[in-house]
Amino acid sequence: MEKKKTAAKKSKQELIVFLVVVALLIFFCAASPSFRQYTTILTIMDYSYYIVLMAIGVSFPLITGGVDLSIGTGLVCYSLAGGYLIMHHGWPTGAAMLVTILFGTAIGVLNGVLIGVMDLPPFLATLCTCMITRGLGSICSKNTGISWPTAGQPGCWFRSIFKLDVGGTKIPLGFIWVLLLAILMHYVLRHTKVGRYTISIGSNKEAAILSGINVKFYHIMAYTVSGLFAALASIAYSAVFKTVLPGTGAGFELEAIGGAIIGGVSATGGAGSIIGTFIGVFVICLLKTGLPFIGLQANWQQIVTGFVLIGSVMVDIIKKRKEKR
Amino acid sequence: MGEVILEMKDIDKTFPGVHALDHVSFDVRRGEVHALMGENGAGKSTLMKVLTGIYTKDSGTITYEGKEVEFHNAREAQAAGVVIVHQELNMVGHLTVAQNIFIGREFKKGFSIDDKKMVEESKKLFQKLNIDIDPSATMSDLTVGKQQMCEIAKAISHDAKVIVFDEPTAALTEAEIQDLFKIIRDLREQQLGIVYISHRMDEIKVITDRVTVMRDGTYVGTLITKDCTKDDIVNMMVGRVIYEEPKTKSMVAPDAPVVLKVEHLNAGKMVQDVSFELKKGEILGFSGLMGAGRTETARAIFGADPKESGEIYVNGQLVDIHSPQDAVKAGIGYLSEDRKRFGIVVQKTIAENTTMANLPEFMKGIFINKRKERKKAQELADSLATKTPSVDELVVNLSGGNQQKVVIAKWLCKNCDILIFDEPTRGIDVGAKNEIYKLMNKLASEGKSIIMISSEMTEILRMSDRIVVMCEGRKTGELMIEETTQEKIMSFATRDVG
Repeated sequence: MEKKKTAAKKSKQELIVFLVVVALLIFFCAASPSFRQYTTILTIMDYSYYIVLMAIGVSFPLITGGVDLSIGTGLVCYSLAGGYLIMHHGWPTGAAMLVTILFGTAIGVLNGVLIGVMDLPPFLATLCTCMITRGLGSICSKNTGISWPTAGQPGCWFRSIFKLDVGGTKIPLGFIWVLLLAILMHYVLRHTKVGRYTISIGSNKEAAILSGINVKFYHIMAYTVSGLFAALASIAYSAVFKTVLPGTGAGFELEAIGGAIIGGVSATGGAGSIIGTFIGVFVICLLKTGLPFIGLQANWQQIVTGFVLIGSVMVDIIKKRKEKR
Repeated sequence: MGEVILEMKDIDKTFPGVHALDHVSFDVRRGEVHALMGENGAGKSTLMKVLTGIYTKDSGTITYEGKEVEFHNAREAQAAGVVIVHQELNMVGHLTVAQNIFIGREFKKGFSIDDKKMVEESKKLFQKLNIDIDPSATMSDLTVGKQQMCEIAKAISHDAKVIVFDEPTAALTEAEIQDLFKIIRDLREQQLGIVYISHRMDEIKVITDRVTVMRDGTYVGTLITKDCTKDDIVNMMVGRVIYEEPKTKSMVAPDAPVVLKVEHLNAGKMVQDVSFELKKGEILGFSGLMGAGRTETARAIFGADPKESGEIYVNGQLVDIHSPQDAVKAGIGYLSEDRKRFGIVVQKTIAENTTMANLPEFMKGIFINKRKERKKAQELADSLATKTPSVDELVVNLSGGNQQKVVIAKWLCKNCDILIFDEPTRGIDVGAKNEIYKLMNKLASEGKSIIMISSEMTEILRMSDRIVVMCEGRKTGELMIEETTQEKIMSFATRDVG
């Protein structure tokens, strides 16, 4: 009985966020004729892939009650490393992608060890790896911008994973992949050991330890998932944008974390859903793409996004307070 | 007893799905100690939370000093002179005693805080209450008992007229309890109205003037303490007599094999050279005063705290336990005294909590087989008689006794043969206590071996086949139940081991 109630509550949160997305879409369509174009959808999609992927990953550390700040600069770093191998060493794209993924996963494991085993505060540990990856990225790329193969070059096939060109019409194929990944990870969070222990760590770490659960390992796993998805985001980013510049990437993680929290991931850990995260990111992406159409420029977008975030966290807090009363 | 200072009348409060308070009335007079009793979930805490504005009532009136009032939060209630001394103390460990007492209303000298004056004022306050505590000591260095004294002093310093004590003795030693009672009697002398919530029947008889009993959110009745017996009160609480005689004979076969042997265990100051054996099907009581090192011993055995030296044998095999994981693998389960912090994940379902220690058993490939999980949880809930509409219920919605059953289920699910119960009935009401006792006896008769740490003498005498007594980190005595008396235990527990 209770379970149904809470389950309903959870999906209600997802539904509300989904309705916000729809409302935003309607609002922008109504407010700006130039928004109502197919290319707008393509732009939104282009911007969404890497944020969604990062957000799916970072949901895991967030649900353990931690955070991963290294995913933004990490994304750029992995992309630069992979791209450098293609550009300067003639590696095939597939091999470079694999290196990118391994690199990201390794940084995730490192974060996990620092936090789960060495007991560093997540904020601090990932702030350090954030700086490290930023430096590494610049070293890997020898301080210049790197481009993964573009249309017409050999190895450019990977770009069509995300945007397929069918006789001049571009199809945002990536949406399907990120949606499938989101559903998969939603299932992982709900129905696997990694997922359940991630939630257990976030809601009562002591009880998890005293139940004989290898909390260190599952703590590492949560950050590994985050690192892996930062790497996947890195590939998406490389595929969508022409050039990747060293020294960028800081701040990407905030959009991902913001999306996850709008989508119902508890800022204090212990609760959240990946489908929620997925929808939450689109709120941010819509604002980012839509606001320029009604004449609000970059700085304003950030302010609006900030307030939306405050709003969604407040909703969460007020809801909890009401339950208590 | 003077006139009524506080009267709650026809208080009604409904939470989604639960009628928590059904037109409950309760009053306190000046210069009396009024006990509020009832099983967990009877509505005592809810009533007090309504009083101090933590919950808003649906209907009913609260009259305080002749005027109808409605407090919106604890601060307002406090300002008016109604204060709760909570079971969990609300103290800031890093600050000094004086800083804690005057938190939120610090004395100022220009722009800076006048610590000196706060210390002086605290001293005066302590003198008035006959408390011997240094106001400039750091709060976290004090014992729980002393911290509680500070909490009381803080309440008094707010010019309290009504003080609610919520299970104040749960964490106190015998001597500290006596000190507390002295203070409570003084407060009564000073014509304060005192509400005393406790599960300990002995205390109720000693310290209170009237007893009001609640059951399932309703008012059952009020008795004059000196005119009633323990059984009268208990009968009102549960509707049946539950006090049982102490165990007189060990239930363990003399040739039962030793399942757990601990030799020369050392872990810090609180565990020094502890050795003992546990037999199959035995309930081994661990007695001693608060701070005797019993919980620390259990945690060291379980691998929750590091040990310095010592060997642990399970079924004759030397086992290497460095973490709870190792202990669980060796078949040891630990039920902490602090369930909410260490035992259960309250925001998860019964089924999820049940399989928490043994999830690999319930996997189908990489996914959790939820059907199997629910089935097992249901089986265990049935056999433990856990009161719940379904195993999908969130644990937070269960009463203390039923939460404890979920923790037991967790370890049974893992097939642990050695169970360490640390204060198994703390915070559990009398009726459910009885059920937990029955359950422990049943488990022992089925061949589980149980270590039971308990600070309640009646519990030790009633449950144990054999008793280990500890004092200041050392084992000071071991008694077979046949030869045990309360006096013998106490003499071991207070032995000067220095």
